[in-house]
Amino acid sequence: MVKPVYINGMGTVTAQGTHDPERLFGEPVLYDSDAWHAIAPDYRTIIPGSEARRLSTGMKMSIAATKAAMEQAGVEQVDAVITGTGMGCIRDSEKFLRAILDNDEQFLTPTPFIQSTHNSVAGHLARMLACTGYNFTYVHGSNSFASSVIDGLMQLRNGEAEVVLIGGVDELGDHSTELHRRNGHIKGKPVPSAGLLASTTSGTLFGEGAGFFVLSNVKGPATYAELLAAKAWHKTGAEGIEQHVLDFLRENGVTPEDVDAVVLGRNGDGDFDGYYNALSEGLFKQHTQLAYKHHTGEFHTAPTFAMYLVARVLEHDAVPAAYLVKNPPSGTIRTILQYDQYRGVDHNLTLLRKC
Amino acid sequence: MTKGVAVTGMGIISAIGCGVPANLAALREGRSGIGPITWVRTHLEGSVRVGEIAQNDVDLAKQLDHPAKGPHTRTSLLGCLAAEEALRQAGLMNVDRHALGLITATTVGGMDVTEKYFYQYLTSDEHLASIDTLHAGHTGQMMADHLGIVDGFVTTISTACSSASNAIMLGARMIKAGMLDRVLVGGVDCLSKFTLNGFNTLMILSASQNRPFSDDRDGLNLGEAAAYLVLESDASVKARKATPIAYVAGYGNANDAHHQTASSENGDGATAAMLEALRTAGLSPSEIDHINAHGTATPNNDLSEGRAFMRVFGEHVPPFTSTKPYTGHTLAAAGAVEAVFSILAMQHGMVFPTLNFSGGMSEFDLRPTTKLTDMPLSSVLSNSLGFGGNCSSLIIVKA
Repeated sequence: MVKPVYINGMGTVTAQGTHDPERLFGEPVLYDSDAWHAIAPDYRTIIPGSEARRLSTGMKMSIAATKAAMEQAGVEQVDAVITGTGMGCIRDSEKFLRAILDNDEQFLTPTPFIQSTHNSVAGHLARMLACTGYNFTYVHGSNSFASSVIDGLMQLRNGEAEVVLIGGVDELGDHSTELHRRNGHIKGKPVPSAGLLASTTSGTLFGEGAGFFVLSNVKGPATYAELLAAKAWHKTGAEGIEQHVLDFLRENGVTPEDVDAVVLGRNGDGDFDGYYNALSEGLFKQHTQLAYKHHTGEFHTAPTFAMYLVARVLEHDAVPAAYLVKNPPSGTIRTILQYDQYRGVDHNLTLLRKC
Repeated sequence: MTKGVAVTGMGIISAIGCGVPANLAALREGRSGIGPITWVRTHLEGSVRVGEIAQNDVDLAKQLDHPAKGPHTRTSLLGCLAAEEALRQAGLMNVDRHALGLITATTVGGMDVTEKYFYQYLTSDEHLASIDTLHAGHTGQMMADHLGIVDGFVTTISTACSSASNAIMLGARMIKAGMLDRVLVGGVDCLSKFTLNGFNTLMILSASQNRPFSDDRDGLNLGEAAAYLVLESDASVKARKATPIAYVAGYGNANDAHHQTASSENGDGATAAMLEALRTAGLSPSEIDHINAHGTATPNNDLSEGRAFMRVFGEHVPPFTSTKPYTGHTLAAAGAVEAVFSILAMQHGMVFPTLNFSGGMSEFDLRPTTKLTDMPLSSVLSNSLGFGGNCSSLIIVKA
């Protein structure tokens, strides 16, 4: 028998302040700028004072999300720490690179270099938890988090672990954000967040955040949902996204009719939202449709928020109004499909079920 | 013991040569690739020596099977070149590769390009396409495109110096789990000002040639390399009558949970990783014929790793070698570079010498193999131990 995998705890830090669980179903925070910083929890209550000052934003977001996830799951230790990050600790990378370039390789200090390594978050979490088990960091663009989901699922399905921590984090760096304005990945003429989904111009709006999840074969005190399957691939060819979705559902013994809602990673980029339109106007036209990047902004590990949203919807059997795009649910929401890609690359699907 | 997951091809480019035959020749001849730095303009050029690849980017691109399209970096060119060789050996160059998997690894990805244009991007439109190279996944994306991968699983791992070992491990796990049939696994890193200065601030760079497991060792030489293996399921091997060149039999991953940049005094993480690799391979320590050590020649690593050897193997530590004096420490590529060397050692029945050895460490009696030694080998354990406490160990067995 295939071992079930449950989401037993989760924590996020986002531009919507969802570290506070009440926020998801409330009024969303609206933005007019083109890059939205996460609303920070009170780190002083989470991280000892001297340490909080020393750590990078990405690290602090990850620690806060991890602690929340583990507390909800009622666990003090995990067998594996599996993180994903698209840009890594970009602020420290920028800081070290600036120091090299601005001072002609003189007067450098090691701290920003040490903190810049992509695995510094997973390494820090291992030390914080004294977790000597499996420790991985995926850095594959928008499939960074999907890779950790797949790995975590594999660990639990194959009995390699019993409780795993998976997660993703990305922080905004001033310089790299500016570069993404320059190359048009950020819209040249920003739209208000409320209008992002309807936008058809090139580019999107950026955000940052972290999402961490405790997965286990055994239900915990706060189990949200069952994680049924995940898949990630490089590019979608001529066969189209719909065929990928149908194959994925079939491989997992689910029909399109079994799916009650879809969460799409659309981000208002007219050049690439076609992948989402193909599903929202095709296979899932009549389905309940959700989106989230108009509230979180786009970042490589934004799909962490999709998983959080899906799990909360399944737990509550209700869709928060700010995230509903089309077709309010007509009955119990049991099965939700999530799909994401970024700029035509790094496609991923996840399937979750009520439990 | 379990036979493991078949390796059907391998490819490498490093400071000791482009391609498997060139690397083998240098290993046999005891020829080091460590020398002055030429491609990266840095103030450190007078004070550090590195394992640099001889070709410049233009020449690398020329060696590819077909022209490289898009904003490539030195890293992605190196990756494509080594991957092509691995596919060629596996007989997969003329096969449809839409669904081929790719699990690559890198620490700094396209940093060579980023550090060149970091400020120029703001004022000139000339290189805007290269802004895509900022994120570490770019290398894998470019490789996937170049190799004709479309709907295959493609990902990138970054766990510092253990990255490529983890890529090999993940590939083997996914094949065992029936999730993949064929996958390219390995890693790549190029030299950059960023990495050179980073390691320089940590004061772990050797002023001359790295001397693993020597009492007077004074640090590492950085290197650049790319290396990839083709892993295949038994069904795939059978279906196309492929010839395995080795098997990935065991793997272990553990975290030292000790310090961001230093290994624990007694090598807790390394010990755990080696024991887990033995467990998954179903082998006892006495069945390991040879160790390709991480052996970076930093005071901290070699002491910690040596102690871990004794914890795992007791008084019977198998002949061990560090090949870092040949290639330098190639960071995210190291695990794959050393997997290639481990397979070569088995294929040719020889333990390659650890160069530059200048006298044993005072803390223990362990001594690396320092002469080319003919010896039938049926199993090799290869360690990769990194920043962030990331420790990985692979066991590769003879085909």
